Amino acid sequence: MNPIFTALFIIATVIFATLAWKRFSLIRLGKEENRFDNIPARIVEMLLFAFGQKKVLARPFGINHSILFWAFLVLLLANGEFLLNGIFPAISLRLLITPISGPLVFLFDIVSMLALISILVAFARRIFFKPDYLDSKYVKGRSFEGFLILSFIATLMIAYFGYHAAEIALRGERLAAWMPVSTLAAGLYGGGCGSSGGCNNCGVVPWLIFWWWTHAAVLLAFMVFLPISKHMHILTAIPNCFFGSLEKVNTQPREEFAIGNSYGVEKVTDFSWKDLLDSFSCTECGRCQDSCPANATHKPLNPRQIIHTIKTNLMANAAELQSGSPVKTPLVGAEGEGTNTEEAIWSCTTCGACIEACPVLIEQMPKIIKMRRHLVQMKSQFPEELLNLFENMEQRSNPWGIAPTERTKWSSIMDVKSFDEKETEYLFYIGCAGTFDSRQKHVTVSLATILNAAKISWGVLGKDEKCCGDSARRLGNEFLFDKLAKENVELFKARGVKKIITQCPHCFSTLKNDYRQYGLEIEVIHHAELLQRLLAEGKIKPNREVKELGSIIYHDSCYLGRHNDIYEQPRDVITKVTGEEPKEFGKNRENAFCCGAGGGRMWMEEHEGERINVTRVKEALESSPDTICVACPYCMTMFEDGVKDVNSGNVRIRDIAEVVAEGLRPV
Amino acid sequence: MQIVACIKQVPDTTQVQIDPVTNTLVREGIPFIVNPYDTHALEESLRLRDKFGFNVTAISMGPPNAEATLRKALALGVDRAVLLTDRVFGGADTLATSNVLTEAIRKLGETDEVGIIFCGKQTIDGDTAQVGPGIATRLGCTQLTLVDKILELDPIKKRIKVSRKLEGRHEIVEAPLPVMITVVRELNRPRYPTVPGRLESMEREVEFWNNQTLKLDEQSIGLKGSPTWVSKIFSPQRDKGEMIGDGVHDPVGTANLLIDKLLSKDLLSI
Ligand code: SF4
Ligand code: SF4
Repeated sequence: MNPIFTALFIIATVIFATLAWKRFSLIRLGKEENRFDNIPARIVEMLLFAFGQKKVLARPFGINHSILFWAFLVLLLANGEFLLNGIFPAISLRLLITPISGPLVFLFDIVSMLALISILVAFARRIFFKPDYLDSKYVKGRSFEGFLILSFIATLMIAYFGYHAAEIALRGERLAAWMPVSTLAAGLYGGGCGSSGGCNNCGVVPWLIFWWWTHAAVLLAFMVFLPISKHMHILTAIPNCFFGSLEKVNTQPREEFAIGNSYGVEKVTDFSWKDLLDSFSCTECGRCQDSCPANATHKPLNPRQIIHTIKTNLMANAAELQSGSPVKTPLVGAEGEGTNTEEAIWSCTTCGACIEACPVLIEQMPKIIKMRRHLVQMKSQFPEELLNLFENMEQRSNPWGIAPTERTKWSSIMDVKSFDEKETEYLFYIGCAGTFDSRQKHVTVSLATILNAAKISWGVLGKDEKCCGDSARRLGNEFLFDKLAKENVELFKARGVKKIITQCPHCFSTLKNDYRQYGLEIEVIHHAELLQRLLAEGKIKPNREVKELGSIIYHDSCYLGRHNDIYEQPRDVITKVTGEEPKEFGKNRENAFCCGAGGGRMWMEEHEGERINVTRVKEALESSPDTICVACPYCMTMFEDGVKDVNSGNVRIRDIAEVVAEGLRPV
Repeated sequence: MQIVACIKQVPDTTQVQIDPVTNTLVREGIPFIVNPYDTHALEESLRLRDKFGFNVTAISMGPPNAEATLRKALALGVDRAVLLTDRVFGGADTLATSNVLTEAIRKLGETDEVGIIFCGKQTIDGDTAQVGPGIATRLGCTQLTLVDKILELDPIKKRIKVSRKLEGRHEIVEAPLPVMITVVRELNRPRYPTVPGRLESMEREVEFWNNQTLKLDEQSIGLKGSPTWVSKIFSPQRDKGEMIGDGVHDPVGTANLLIDKLLSKDLLSI
């Protein structure tokens, strides 16, 4: 036994365990949440995202991380052997027969080299071509911590080669033939003296000792440093992927309303344990920050910061939280490393780009909604524009506060049937925008015309239709959403609705995904899917190829695309009707950039930074389209406004239904 | 000291339609709301309570279903809610209504002195703006109408200073308590009820007072006590609009036509 090393190892282990335990016990302070269901699917998810690095590899530079990660897994074995051998020098891999130990050391040798190269690349990236998104307010790409971690790993690799090369030089390595890189490095010692007697005439022995202890020291130091650094993610990211959401994160959980309950998140331990685990799993890679439309347009929101704040707040308030006394650092309040501002919380469009981007399956947006829930429901604290919205939705069941009797106005120009269980197959749920917004009403009429042309049997609820409640839910007014959802589900059931057509991705997602929590499991179809189907089945036949809209670019609505994976259907529709594939934004499909209206932002002023819709319009203009095509009433409004703002009056905005209707018009 | 906020349940007038045949309001299925001006009266009562620690009582006269309106007041945080409801109160005009409200306020004052009575400047269904001043007259207290700001309140010296929003000007007035104040929307921004506030309001008591409690002479209340009544409600006839130009094919020409038209009718001058 090597007493010095053993002692150091024990000290390092105790420190590591203490620090790790502290974090673990903090995570346990979080609220209950069941993430232990469907274990097989979770294992698959873990294999795919953690071990398979699926999302890490979604960006080109991710390969560098993946090499390091896989190297880390292999070298865990090598370092395990190193530790064991350090404590009990008699125990070594070399005790195993060569057919086993040989390939293993070969693997270690090669992988260490790859890791070293990756580390050098990572160094170079940080020094010479650091992307902006590596920096957030409190964590910098070129931080001491970042470089320290890279140096630790680099030193480990160099020391690994150092002492193995020394052993080879001293002819003490039985498996030298299996270690090409170390053998090459051995040349640097001048080949050694050839005697294996430990005479040190060649001067290599001190090197052997130096590199061995360097390796030992860095390994133990790394162990101690791990829990207090962002590198903690190497311990937490794998379980985090295991516990990651198995479904798309497109709904929020229900709240139970009863006297004495508190709603949403006020202090950090009101989050669930998974939320807290998320915060310790963040790698500070900055991808969410880079994808966030709020952040890109200089709003006070950065999803990465939201996660960082949770961790920092938890650590800063650890003692108070554990003893149940009042916390020092508020979770929501004046800007600080452990505090989110209300402005940040209200800036989110719930576009889901952050969740999509995160390599370790952190769910940023739901945490924002949890904090909104507390502000709205416990404190009645929200941007003033929302007061009218909430009251309109509650009293008149639409965001504008227009009288429900006016819901039938759009249909004055055509013959529209009431939904009747016996006579109509589909309920066409018009949605508030399709009913009241003067621009969107054209889309409603186009779609109604198409449905008629396709001989679909459909009806409407007319003045009985109610708001789906999407904005209320995303804004954290769960109480109001709950009321609307219950009313709607009851109405659909009472009227015998089995199939619903929507023209708004927000209604679509809410009816389809959120209402499942209220026991509504019926067919809900967005018109993008329906139109594609009708065209494919030949139920609607355009008279001609629509050319008058010129070149078309298609914008993915977040609630259709990212939240519901409907990417190709609207594109197919455009291609079928115009004979040409639509142009694409630089940021398209799962990487699409929000129009700025989701998450209730439709009803709020944009006080800071650039306007999100204008930013997206400018992106569209880069490909000089004649028409921007959308499939969402909010996107419609945002683009109509956006093109006016940038004065590109000759670019038209059309819903895909209008494009199809154009093709059906008699020539 | 006690603050009394007088509130009224009104039909959501944006949803009310007038039956073209009978010329009466079609009230069927129309939801009720708290008279919007009264929400500002409530809010100001609560703000003064938050600042000075007074008790706030919300009162309303109406049919039993007006209880919902008082529950909203409870959800917002008033300490006490009283519904004045009795068949004999029914059919009241502003005079009879103010008689009932005045008596109720007197009664409330027996246990806790009433310092301020807040009313909305008018209701959106009757639009008379008479009930508040009626109460002040009958109580014999100061009345400050159309208040858009409370500038000072001294509960010890019992004085209040407010700003009144009048046509084209503001008036700063000081007056002794007790005082009846009618409020305009600019006074404040009403709060939104918290969820615990709403849930608790469902469990709290709305007191029902009838004429056995108030003991008013039946000749002064309800239909009998009302010297005025509504004989007819109708929407004024509106001339049919006119289509000018062709906005789709000639937007510029149409805009010019429109401007000419507006100029000729002198609708653009200031
Ligand atoms: S959901 Fe969208 S807007 Fe909200 S934090 Fe994530 S990326 Fe930003
Ligand atoms: S939350 Fe995810 S995407 Fe954002 S910085 Fe952390 S690890 Fe990266």
